[in-house]
Amino acid sequence: MEAKKLNLTLNIWRQKNSKSVGSFAEYKVQVSPDASFLEMLDELNNTLELKGEEAIHFESDCREGICGTCGLVINGHAHGPLPKIATCQLHMRNFKDGETIWVEPFRAKAFPVIKDLMVDRSGFDVILQAGGYVSINTGGVPDGNAIPIQKEVSSLAMDAAACIGCGACVASCKNASAMLFVSAKVSQYALLPQGQPERYRRVERMVKVMDDLGFGSCTNTYACEAECPKGISVTNIARMNRDFMMAKIKSKEVEV
Amino acid sequence: MFEIYETITGENPYKSPMMIYPAPHYTMGGLWVDYNLMSNVPGLFVLGEANFSDHGANRLGASALMQGLADGYFVIPYTMGNYLAGDKPTLVKTDHPEFEKVAKEVKDLTNKLLSIKGKRTVDDLHKQLGRIMWDNVGMGRNEAGLKKTIEQIRQVKEEFWKNVTIPGSGDDVNQTLERAGRLVDYFELGELMALDALDRKESCGGHFREEYQFEDGEAKRDDENYSYVAAWEFAGENKWNLHKEELKYEYVKQAIRSYK
Amino acid sequence: MGWFFKFLNSSIGKKFMMAVTGSFLLIFLIIHLVGNITLFFGAGAFNTYVSTLDVIKPLIRVIEVVLLGAFVLHIFNGLRLWLENKRARGITYKVNGSKENSTIFSRTMAVTGSIILIFLVSHLATFFWRFNVHDPMGLATHHQYYDVVVYFFNIWWYSILYVIAMLFLGYHLNHGFQSAFQTFGWNHNRYFPTIKKIGMIYAIIMALGFASMPIYFLLGGGN
Ligand SMILES: Cc1cc2nc3c(=O)[nH]c(=O)nc-3n(C[C@H](O)[C@H](O)[C@H](O)COP(=O)(O)OP(=O)(O)OC[C@H]3O[C@@H](n4cnc5c(N)ncnc54)[C@H](O)[C@@H]3O)c2cc1C
Ligand code: HEM
Ligand code: SF4
Ligand code: FES
Repeated sequence: MEAKKLNLTLNIWRQKNSKSVGSFAEYKVQVSPDASFLEMLDELNNTLELKGEEAIHFESDCREGICGTCGLVINGHAHGPLPKIATCQLHMRNFKDGETIWVEPFRAKAFPVIKDLMVDRSGFDVILQAGGYVSINTGGVPDGNAIPIQKEVSSLAMDAAACIGCGACVASCKNASAMLFVSAKVSQYALLPQGQPERYRRVERMVKVMDDLGFGSCTNTYACEAECPKGISVTNIARMNRDFMMAKIKSKEVEV
Repeated sequence: MFEIYETITGENPYKSPMMIYPAPHYTMGGLWVDYNLMSNVPGLFVLGEANFSDHGANRLGASALMQGLADGYFVIPYTMGNYLAGDKPTLVKTDHPEFEKVAKEVKDLTNKLLSIKGKRTVDDLHKQLGRIMWDNVGMGRNEAGLKKTIEQIRQVKEEFWKNVTIPGSGDDVNQTLERAGRLVDYFELGELMALDALDRKESCGGHFREEYQFEDGEAKRDDENYSYVAAWEFAGENKWNLHKEELKYEYVKQAIRSYK
Repeated sequence: MGWFFKFLNSSIGKKFMMAVTGSFLLIFLIIHLVGNITLFFGAGAFNTYVSTLDVIKPLIRVIEVVLLGAFVLHIFNGLRLWLENKRARGITYKVNGSKENSTIFSRTMAVTGSIILIFLVSHLATFFWRFNVHDPMGLATHHQYYDVVVYFFNIWWYSILYVIAMLFLGYHLNHGFQSAFQTFGWNHNRYFPTIKKIGMIYAIIMALGFASMPIYFLLGGGN
């Protein structure tokens, strides 16, 4: 039972490298509605390579929505028009025959384009590194339930930890702010007893590095939450704001 | 989980039966290491999924993550420290002859790949290799299939070196080139897997040789002859030397495992 | 004190300053509206109200200075955020899906804010200046404040622009009210939906309240 193929016009951002100026290129494709968006790009790349043209560069790894590498802006939406999925989980049956699709890289000063649709998101790693370590006792095996944690609290921490670091929040925020990502990372520790020793230091340092990297400031439009493939809540941002202000009062460090 | 299924297939799993198919999850084995998790290259430690050590012919549920934890939590903190205590790491310089040699090798490989300019894409050849592995080096394997596979892999590899096309250059990011480099490794790994499966004339764990089974279809081990881990040492293209790491059990008695 | 200025210069610090000054202005608007309602009770009531403010002049002056500070910081910071945030994007998107992921109120804060700023200047020039400094018509000088209001609100285009400005004020407040709570970290699934509703009601009351005055006079009220 082969479904009828879709005829689509793709307008894809092509950019040779970080220094060159990019532009859109138009491609006509025929694709099965059962194909995923990335499979369509794979197929297109195959035909381009056969013609001796360079493949359209885009990142992907797991192709099941857990690694966070595959972000594209499709028709103005990070990870495409469907809520709560990553680009790799988007399937062509969600598009209409004859449709024109615009594919752009995540755009932010802090995410420079490496090539075509591939951007450098290593700023996120730098922020995580700034967060530093979590003090724990190693050596002996800790008892499974030695530290009691309220179920609702551990759930909130897990929800925050669901962030896959894809950068869709930055891409969809009109200010290219990284607050949703950073707040998820701050919250996953701030909520748990294990995260308390470095709690205030962590938030101060991560926010500082976030600012230094040139991400914008949050203006509470909540576009990030709407586009986040993992449904990370903006209540995390509120928590981070709270913690950051608290840190200014409570942190033991004088200079940050 | 059901939501994910629906976004991928476009079918509601509550209404229509779910389509399920097996997928290769990972390979058994990995790089050889000693008890300190150090490979045969002094100072190069391998931990987690990348080494061969903790699991057997099978990766039982959750054992993979446990391996990472065990290696990282209990072993490496001591053994790596132990190694560093007797070794003064110095700055590695890029004008070291060994470095220059490897850099040249990589450059040559890149140039070679780019200069083929054939008629088949990396993706196309990769899929062909995948199909071959899928057909004969999955869970069920047999001698004829494995022998054929080795031949087939060599053929695709030859085809690759004659007829692959890789547009773009080696100066910038080039994902096609990256994939080609990986495929070159996969040819080698695929062939070694088939060779190892051919060599092990018994069934065990994830390796089911159709010739070696009980009447009820359960895997038939041969502990007399194959109670060892096969460590294959690279000895040039298409050549590997077998080292046998004996499996010695002091407390546990080997027994047949039946899933019935 | 270095740490404090560093805080105010951080992304969250700038937000914090917006929220502190914004909240102060939110409260000021309530007081301002309540006072202005005396307009509906005729010349006597309004003139008495304004004259009363004259009596407690020193206190009013202090409040005015704080208010000025709040406005200046709010405007300066708002425009700075707007510029910096534009720069953080770099190249803009060809197709922008922001309509589907955020409200128009939230995306246009700088625009509505700037409109309020223009309004503010004209508002101060017409009323504040005449009431406090110099009235070329000499009305305010004789405590005929009510007549000044009547004079301006009977100019039809002035009143219409005033009403339009109030509409944008409502837009600004609708987002600003709940936004300030989020900035302070007071977002909890239990009460945040209520805060959003209260913000909307507040915005509507403020916009309608201030707009009702020019409309009232334009339609011949107060004569
Ligand atoms: C789909 C799937 C489901 C699984 N489910 C389970 C399960 O339920 N339970 C279970 O126990 N196990 C499961 N596993 C297996 C388990 O997840 C892995 O074995 C384990 O995560 C491996 O951890 P690791 O740290 O050894 O390696 P990895 O997590 O693979 O880490 C290797 C790291 O090395 C980095 N790296 C690679 N090359 C370079 C380089 N040149 N320079 C620098 N860095 C490099 C990589 O980026 C990566 O971060 C699953 C695996 C898969 C694929
Ligand atoms: C009576 C007048 C005003 C009131 C009551 C008011 C109130 C507010 C409030 C409560 C916020 C939300 C703060 C936050 O998000 O934490 C806000 C944001 C904002 N205001 Fe105003 N404001 C007024 C006038 C102005 C003016 C004159 C400007 C001029 C440019 C302006 C520009 C902005 C901008 C750009 C923001 C968004 C900043 C952000 O969300 O980070 N406002 N305002
Ligand atoms: S918060 Fe959501 S959108 Fe942002 S990086 Fe994490 S998963 Fe991606
Ligand atoms: S490829 Fe991993 S999330 Fe899409």
